[in-house]
Amino acid sequence: MVTLVAAHVGAALLAAPMVTRLGRRAFLALALVPLGSFSWMLWHTGEVRAGSAVVEAVEWVPSLGMDLAFRLGALQWLMALIVTGVGAVVLAYCAWYFPDDHVGLSSFAATFVAFAGSMLGLVLCDDLLVLYVFWELTTVFSYLLIGSDPTRRASRQAAMQALIVTTLGGLAMLVGMLVLGDVAGTYRISELLADPPAGPAVTVAIALLLVGALSKSALVPFHFWLPGAMAAPTPVSAYLHAASMVKAGVYLVALLAPAFAATPGWHEVVLSLGVCTMLLGGWRALRQYDAKLLLAYGTVSQLGFLLIVFSIGTRATALAGLALLLGHALFKATLFLVVGIVEHQSGTRDIRALSGIGRASPVVLATALVAGASMAGLPPLLGFVAKESVFASLLDVARDGDRPDISSLVGWLVLAGVILGSVLTVAYTARFLWGTFGSKPDLEPTPYAQAPAGFLLAPVVLTVFTVGLGFAGRALSVALAPHAAQFPRGVHDVELALWHGFELPLAFSAVALLLGSGMFVRRKDVAGLQGAASWSWTADAGYRLVMRTVDRLAVETTGLTQRGSVAAYLVVILAIVLLLPGAAVFTALDGPLDVVLWDTPAQAAAGAVIIAAAVFTTRSRRRLRAVMLAGVTGYGTAMLFALHGAPDLALTQVLVETTSLVVFVLVLRRLPDYFTDRPLSPRRYLRMALGAAVGSVVGLVMLVTTGARTAEPVSTPYPEQAVELGGGHNIVNVILVDIRAWDTFGEISVLVAAATGVASLLFLDTRSAGIRRVHEIPLPPSVVKISTDAGRRVWLPGPRTLPPDRRSIIFEVVARLLFPVLIVFALYLLLAGHNNPGGGFAAGMVTGLALMVRYLAGGRYELDEAAPIDAGVLMGTGLFIAALSGLAPLAFGGTVFQSAQVDVALPLLGNLHLVTSTIFDIGVYLVVVGLVLDLLRALGSRIDRQILRDERDAEQAAAL
Amino acid sequence: MSTNLTLIVTASTLIGCGVYLVLERSLTRVLVGLLVMGNGINLLFLIAGGRAGNAPIEGTTPPSTMSDPLPQALVLTAIVIALGTTAFLLAMAHRSWQLNSNDDVQDDVEDASIRRLAAADEASDSHDLATGGGDDDPRVEEEA
Repeated sequence: MVTLVAAHVGAALLAAPMVTRLGRRAFLALALVPLGSFSWMLWHTGEVRAGSAVVEAVEWVPSLGMDLAFRLGALQWLMALIVTGVGAVVLAYCAWYFPDDHVGLSSFAATFVAFAGSMLGLVLCDDLLVLYVFWELTTVFSYLLIGSDPTRRASRQAAMQALIVTTLGGLAMLVGMLVLGDVAGTYRISELLADPPAGPAVTVAIALLLVGALSKSALVPFHFWLPGAMAAPTPVSAYLHAASMVKAGVYLVALLAPAFAATPGWHEVVLSLGVCTMLLGGWRALRQYDAKLLLAYGTVSQLGFLLIVFSIGTRATALAGLALLLGHALFKATLFLVVGIVEHQSGTRDIRALSGIGRASPVVLATALVAGASMAGLPPLLGFVAKESVFASLLDVARDGDRPDISSLVGWLVLAGVILGSVLTVAYTARFLWGTFGSKPDLEPTPYAQAPAGFLLAPVVLTVFTVGLGFAGRALSVALAPHAAQFPRGVHDVELALWHGFELPLAFSAVALLLGSGMFVRRKDVAGLQGAASWSWTADAGYRLVMRTVDRLAVETTGLTQRGSVAAYLVVILAIVLLLPGAAVFTALDGPLDVVLWDTPAQAAAGAVIIAAAVFTTRSRRRLRAVMLAGVTGYGTAMLFALHGAPDLALTQVLVETTSLVVFVLVLRRLPDYFTDRPLSPRRYLRMALGAAVGSVVGLVMLVTTGARTAEPVSTPYPEQAVELGGGHNIVNVILVDIRAWDTFGEISVLVAAATGVASLLFLDTRSAGIRRVHEIPLPPSVVKISTDAGRRVWLPGPRTLPPDRRSIIFEVVARLLFPVLIVFALYLLLAGHNNPGGGFAAGMVTGLALMVRYLAGGRYELDEAAPIDAGVLMGTGLFIAALSGLAPLAFGGTVFQSAQVDVALPLLGNLHLVTSTIFDIGVYLVVVGLVLDLLRALGSRIDRQILRDERDAEQAAAL
Repeated sequence: MSTNLTLIVTASTLIGCGVYLVLERSLTRVLVGLLVMGNGINLLFLIAGGRAGNAPIEGTTPPSTMSDPLPQALVLTAIVIALGTTAFLLAMAHRSWQLNSNDDVQDDVEDASIRRLAAADEASDSHDLATGGGDDDPRVEEEA
């Protein structure tokens, strides 16, 4: 059975290319897959009849106890035969229904086959959770099939409605399944049925399962989605919304009834809603003019009928239900296919416009008559056999107490409801047949093109079954007996048969036929009555109201919480900081505090400078001044780092602060001097208060938490480990490149991302504008080149590209002298960093500073002279080296980022102690250099060019 | 463990000033605020690491007099990331100035439109999608 489902999946995958290549003929090939499954089912009839189920199980998610378990009992066998048989026939029908150039035909075919596979899986699987998966798969595929023409509003809307309603039920069902499985300790359906749990939790679980079943099978109050789903192409209506998917809920109820029909609420819910649905569907069907909608309401009515019968839970009703299930699938699919043919050949399915179709196409008329007769319950068809046995079994319940937990009164009421429903069924069957095929005296015959024989094959095949199975009551009874045998023996032994003798059921059938025909004959009066009794409130309107309420609620909530302003969000976050940790810290303040003023007085001096600078930063209205003052706080912090005994931090902070300042200045030259010309807002007092409060709370939290510290720092063993395992004496550096190398790797990745972001914001399309060397650049117009003697060199090559008024000879000389020194210093920091202050970050920043000096002294071409390489390449190489050094230990049987130490004896230099993590540090170095280079190119060179272009444009505009 | 009051006051001031600036509209000012606040938070790490000491370099000083190296490594990472943040926000400020002639942090346009819906007591587009409001696909009309 796994193979059968898998074959459908495979066919679904192949369907699109097949349709693209073969056109609509591909449907015939695809039909072979369900047809093969149909034969497999027939092959196993013997085992099913003997009551020994065919079982398969493949382990799927063992941690959830979820297996791909399949089980073929009598109920599953019947459902699978319907699903595969009708599936094959409808697929073949598609080959004539669609034109070759139908939009989206290939995806339609794929979805249709995929649906058939899911439906087969649904009826065969023996695990609640797997059943849920297949259940929702059918929902999703149904959504896609209903909405197969996304350009039509009606089809989009119907698809969405069906999806929402059935998924809602599906979710309720999932909860029910989880509860049921949890109580029972197993999700295997066969085990649940063999040993059903009980209790209040099970009652709730079953109620939730029923919600799923009722929504899927379109019972009141969920019925409205099914008529809407008629927006789908007719093959979909015939297959999904008549024969298979809507039967999923019926199947679930039939499956559970043997074990759970006695659950409190089961009969009350299903019987009342079932009778309502049967009557409502029939009543509505009598008002439809669209033949498909008429049939859809008929289906709603019949689904109610089916659920009534299956929910009762006696041996007789189970057998009658199965016959009804089969009969309905056969006649309703046939009728839909017939409507499809009529619409296809005549161009309409409005019964007010159709006339004379029966005369024009006797074959179609014959199939429709047989199917309609079966629907109305005329002998000798399967529909009659089924209805007779339903009447008999309900009579047993009402008169003889076949099901003791259903009172006689309820039994009679249900019986009356079902007979009334059957009256309506007869009436709307007549309305359908007359409306579609009749020759109306006041209408011209509708033009009708004869359908090809193949097109007619599908309904004819189904009709043959309807007729043939009417005479096969005995064989059917035997084959389906194992399912019915799950219930205790009833008051009568039952068998499906055409002739039961002159008894009450026959009388009921006769009454239904007579009254139904009477309603059809007096249809004018009935229509008048319906018009008078119509009510304006519909379930569809209720659905719209609910959806609108949900949406309005969402809009209001979003409008209330999503203010869309960063400042507003920050205020909320900071207010929480004040409320929660702030409140907590005040309760903790009463303990003794161990406070020193400072470790060294120099700290106080640095602190005072920082505080002053910070306060002035907030008061500054000029950009540059604010940035400079913020820089002072940064340098002051570096001072505090140095005083604290953190030379690495102090070094890096100074370097980063310097680089930041330069970067700021490079950008700020383009921005206005002042932050804003808006007047000061009174809200600034609120911000001040919030800032002061947050600062105070943070200070108090630190005061309390540092005082409360009792544990030994985790870093206590680091000094020893750093030397022994990391091979370095500078513990901070060893932490960065070895102990916490993963963090550092993440960090340099962030740097690469940030640099890429900067470059994309500045260059917009291509990353770099190309690197040009100085000798390729013409001199500025105002400069005349004076030839120099051979051997005389310039301090820097780049500045000659600058206009003379932008050059500074002192700066050029200083840059010339400083550059090699800085580079050597950087290399020293890089190599010595493992044992002394330094490391890849500091070295990279120093190299960046060296490049920056060259750029500032000589302009953008000087930068290209200093580093004629793309920054992206540099960063990529660095990241690659770092990653490689992390992964390399794996090749030697180590773990990622494990360090190794190598001692190499070098002549002259003596013993060289090498640690592999230095290679990682080199990667870090390259990334940082690349970052700074990228910033200089983007925020420096690029903005230079923009300024030049703006100046040129302004000159040109002035010249004009 | 005794607490260094100077460091705490300095860090609190930096954070307070940073909060004030971050709540501003101008992106440059927000960025300056972030940097100032970041300096304060880095100091908090230092405070959490305990009292001042000698540089954590094994061999030059005995481990008992060293400052705690772990928070230093964390702060070092933070300092370098701050450079990346600075550069990126500056590039954003520049781009914003190019496009809008200012570097103000704008309110979210989508959020504003939802607020308009809420004020007008209307439902959203997704409601039309679910219940079929709105018009047919324009492609169809073109064909027709």
